[in-house]
Amino acid sequence: MSDNPIHPDSYADFLCPDELQRIQLHRLQEVVRSSYEHVPLTRRRMEERGLKPEHIKTLADIAQLPFMLKTDLRDTYPYGLFARPMKDIVRLHASSGTTGKPIVVGYTREDMKVWSSVMARTFCAAGLTEHDVVQNAFGYGLFTGGLGAHYGAEALGATVIPISGGNTERQIMVLQDFGVTAICSTPSYFLHLIEAIEASGTGFKNLTLKTGVFGAEPWTDAMRAHIEERAHIKAYDIYGLSEIIGPGVAAECSRQCGLHVFEDHFLMEIVDPKTDRVLPDGEAGELVLTTLSKQAIPMIRYRTHDITSIIPERCACGRTLRRIHRISHRSDDMMIIRGVNVFPSQIEAALLKVEKSLPHYQIVLSRKEGLDQLEVQVEVTAEMFNDRVGVLEQLQKKFAHAIEHVVGLRAQVRLVEPQSIARSQGKAKRVIDNRKEGTSR
Amino acid sequence: MKLKQLSVFLENKPGRLSQPCKALTQAGINILTLCLADTEQFGILRLIVRDWEKAKTVLEKAGCVVKASEVLAIEIPDRTGGLEGVLAILEPNAINIEYMYAFTLKRGGNAVMIARIEDADRAIAILRQKGISLLEPSTFYTLA
Repeated sequence: MSDNPIHPDSYADFLCPDELQRIQLHRLQEVVRSSYEHVPLTRRRMEERGLKPEHIKTLADIAQLPFMLKTDLRDTYPYGLFARPMKDIVRLHASSGTTGKPIVVGYTREDMKVWSSVMARTFCAAGLTEHDVVQNAFGYGLFTGGLGAHYGAEALGATVIPISGGNTERQIMVLQDFGVTAICSTPSYFLHLIEAIEASGTGFKNLTLKTGVFGAEPWTDAMRAHIEERAHIKAYDIYGLSEIIGPGVAAECSRQCGLHVFEDHFLMEIVDPKTDRVLPDGEAGELVLTTLSKQAIPMIRYRTHDITSIIPERCACGRTLRRIHRISHRSDDMMIIRGVNVFPSQIEAALLKVEKSLPHYQIVLSRKEGLDQLEVQVEVTAEMFNDRVGVLEQLQKKFAHAIEHVVGLRAQVRLVEPQSIARSQGKAKRVIDNRKEGTSR
Repeated sequence: MKLKQLSVFLENKPGRLSQPCKALTQAGINILTLCLADTEQFGILRLIVRDWEKAKTVLEKAGCVVKASEVLAIEIPDRTGGLEGVLAILEPNAINIEYMYAFTLKRGGNAVMIARIEDADRAIAILRQKGISLLEPSTFYTLA
């Protein structure tokens, strides 16, 4: 069994495989039935294939069901995929979509319980107990990170400090004075905190902090080593996405060797992103998730675009939940900027709101004081050029406003000379990522 | 009455000014006067040449973004208060000067200012009425 104390919710981490599969099948049949009855899109797609809910007799039968995509959420904005009436929905969150509109996700009271439970299990896997004091530096708001971690830490029985992101000075004061033993944040923000703490002369040796739970953006094992050495803590990776539930889909245990997927609530498949064929354990492909217990928005075979592989071996921690490798990359061109999902197509849509034809542009990502910086370079064309400085500055502002409106992030817009953005075979490289390379989110 | 001025977009980086200058040199085009406006990120090179159409083609071939716009060459008495006197004529008429810069040569006792004015035609009429001399392109080019 595990070497950490176990919260009762985490007993499900140790189910015997037969029992787990029995639960999974029961829940899968229920979620397919509910979707078929209440989500017109799913019903239509199943009917097109001559499928009925009762055709799902084994877990393997899931392969007959159609995939769901991020665009399905966008196309049915805001509530088209909800399987429950609004009176049953107790919470909404939103994340950025592929166009100007966000993706809206809802939770029933029961969904909130499940979310809190999987986040409690996430913290438990990281070794936290009711004795821990958790500084939650994930952003609170429409972003699922802050409130997801908050409810999970409370469900665990830990003491939660809902400090949210930013305000580094106050973060340091709380770390010093409140007996904080664990922190959650994006890894990049914690790197910034490390630098600020070292600069302040406080040092980590005088702090009670022992655990960091990091997620919502890519980070590498090298970053983990750096964080653990500088801050004298153990750093754990967590995985989740708003479309499925938020944080709480998978989490690392004390072994820090892959992330256990909470399979009793999320059925995972790995598919070949090109052929859509389901791949056997151990082979790398796109992670496809089915929510087994979500009532508000059941997602069936959702294409995450995250590339990983299943680790078939049993983990030394004793959990029977299978693990996935830390996410190595994505099968699409999505960027994660300050925890926000951004596609180059969104930037294009924003630029086109200002200019009639799409100028050559390049997205340059960097990291300053632990925060991602988004710069968009736009090649000046004869149409947009003007001999008056004010007109060009106004144009920069218009681009920046349009981008902020579409992706919800402040962007620095830089006008550059024509042909100054490098092109290979006539096509410009759209994204230059100068942040430290990441492997997970 | 109106002169053609060429504007070139430049990034605010070392060496960016020399590229358009080199292109003009190679084409044997002399810059009569110029002015550089800059912000933290970019600059606008405004210049006046004799054959602006040729210069525009040359600069565009060199990869520059070029815009031709019309400016006025206003003769201004080269003495204290000379410029103010001209401005005093335009101001009450709500004529906005977008920007202006001085021409390097004098004409007799007068200085020459290049001005970009939104409502150029009205400015011309008003300045003329007040006896302010505006240089015809042909006169201007012989000066330089």
